[in-house]
Amino acid sequence: MARIILDRLKERFGADVLETSSQHGDDVAVVTPARWREAAEFVRTDPRCACDYFVDLSAIDCCDNGDPEARFEVYVIAYSVARKHRVRLKVRLPEDNPEVDTLIPVWVGANWMERECFDMFGVRFKGHPDLRRILLYEEFKGHPLRKDYPAQQAQPLVAYREGTYDKLRPFLADEGMPLDRTFKAAQDPD
Amino acid sequence: MEPIDLEYDDAELELPSEPMSLNMGPSHPAMHGTIRMVLKLDGETVKSTDIQPGYLHRAFEKMAERGTWAQVFPYTDRLNYCSPLLNNVGYALAVEKLLGITVPRMGQLLRVVHGELSRMADHLTCNGAMAMELGAFTPFLWYLKAREWIWECHETQTGARMTHSYFRIGGTALPATDQFVARARKTVQRVLEVVAEGESLLLRNRIFLDRTQGIGVLSRETALAYGVSGPMLRGSGVDYDVRKDKPYLTYGEVDFDVPIGEDGDTFDRFMVRSEELRQSARIIEQTLDLMEKVDPRSPDAKVSVDDPRVMLPPKSEVYGTIEGTINHFKLIMEGVDVPAGEAYAYTEGGNGELGFFVVSRGGGTPWRVRVRSPCFYSLQSAKGLIEGGMLADIVPIFGSVNMIGGECDR
Repeated sequence: MARIILDRLKERFGADVLETSSQHGDDVAVVTPARWREAAEFVRTDPRCACDYFVDLSAIDCCDNGDPEARFEVYVIAYSVARKHRVRLKVRLPEDNPEVDTLIPVWVGANWMERECFDMFGVRFKGHPDLRRILLYEEFKGHPLRKDYPAQQAQPLVAYREGTYDKLRPFLADEGMPLDRTFKAAQDPD
Repeated sequence: MEPIDLEYDDAELELPSEPMSLNMGPSHPAMHGTIRMVLKLDGETVKSTDIQPGYLHRAFEKMAERGTWAQVFPYTDRLNYCSPLLNNVGYALAVEKLLGITVPRMGQLLRVVHGELSRMADHLTCNGAMAMELGAFTPFLWYLKAREWIWECHETQTGARMTHSYFRIGGTALPATDQFVARARKTVQRVLEVVAEGESLLLRNRIFLDRTQGIGVLSRETALAYGVSGPMLRGSGVDYDVRKDKPYLTYGEVDFDVPIGEDGDTFDRFMVRSEELRQSARIIEQTLDLMEKVDPRSPDAKVSVDDPRVMLPPKSEVYGTIEGTINHFKLIMEGVDVPAGEAYAYTEGGNGELGFFVVSRGGGTPWRVRVRSPCFYSLQSAKGLIEGGMLADIVPIFGSVNMIGGECDR
């Protein structure tokens, strides 16, 4: 059944498929960061995989495995509407400078999920056209879904923004609008 | 008297046409108070847009990592608050997948009935709100009246109108009450009457048709690449419904159709939801029949697994025996001991594929709970639907996306 995807991946990528598993019936393949996008492209275009449906992309913080070279696991789930099977591709990224190729050229839907992944975990995606925070605001400090994020940490209070939002930079850049932003300190009510 | 028909230079009458930036939302009624769209307009045509979600972000995934497995249920209620029980079911199935347990038959049937009732409430809200945003206020009020009947039906069973937290890891909080089957049957019939009544106001209405047909066309390929799911994907003509493609619970035993659209426009999405209301009613009717066939003395009639490692003991044991007290204490304070591993469980939620990706490192607290919230994906695709269209068309398009703030921003 769905094992076909794992077999095809191993056949095509050989040693670059680091491990495969099917725990609880979910087929998982871990690939090397260098061939991450290639593997995704293969899963989508190979006629026997045909995973044209983008399901999900996110990450797991595996800080407990003791290996700083494999702290973050980024995964993408893809599904084939025609063949009714799905696969989860994973890539392991190091603690300092976690970066991997973007999957937007493969599934355009990866755009917001990669932004969210950057927002929550600080994983960067090479070639992403618009890697801004998406659920949190720009002044937010840290990446909250990392296990070492201090949950009690206070965040800066953004009382008032003058000028336009920096978030709009790619959007307004061609309009000659003032892009430098200054903060007014929160007004003391007394 | 001088003649008033002065000669005008045509060029002077041209309106200024430089692009204009407009903020729509977050405090705009059509944006449901949680989405901001930055639009660049040329006249009334939308040139480009930047959709900014996140105004209702409540750190669902972070909070889930800080309590026990069972403490996540109240948060899931608040994801898609139009169909909370579907979220309960989705999360319960994910944890049960990790634990490797299957709920007894009566518990599964109860999950299907409540889930489908919730789906009806969800679709009624979406279709009603969409009609209201186009100026048709009456169908909205009728649909909300019907939604209230569904919620009353839930209330007799769960004790709450909206945030039920009714399902548990391993089953259901309580068995069905004696009146539940009859009440559910009656509710479904009354709701269907209201649906037909509401449609009779809309489907021959020139304004409604003109503002929805051919507006916001989403092609099949784009929908797939964006990960759009549920009624929106089926409106674009893709025959994908989790209940059919990978039947979970007892969906494999009941007979129902999956409606799909042809053009992928706003009208098709409306019609798919309308038809799904009827299909949900069919599922409920058949599932209620199956419930009545279950022998009350057989093990099938249980609603929860009989496993003290997962289910709380009955209150009489908690207060009457030391074993019950300790069992209760351990489950509440330490949580269900879920073996290490990871699993992705997906169900058909109100808006499409609702997936929970749960990671356990062993012990009573989740390591990671990721929710694949369907309307986050639908909303992303809305950018392509809005650009190039008219400003006023944003309202019906956005209505048909059915963005639920709690689910989108988590």
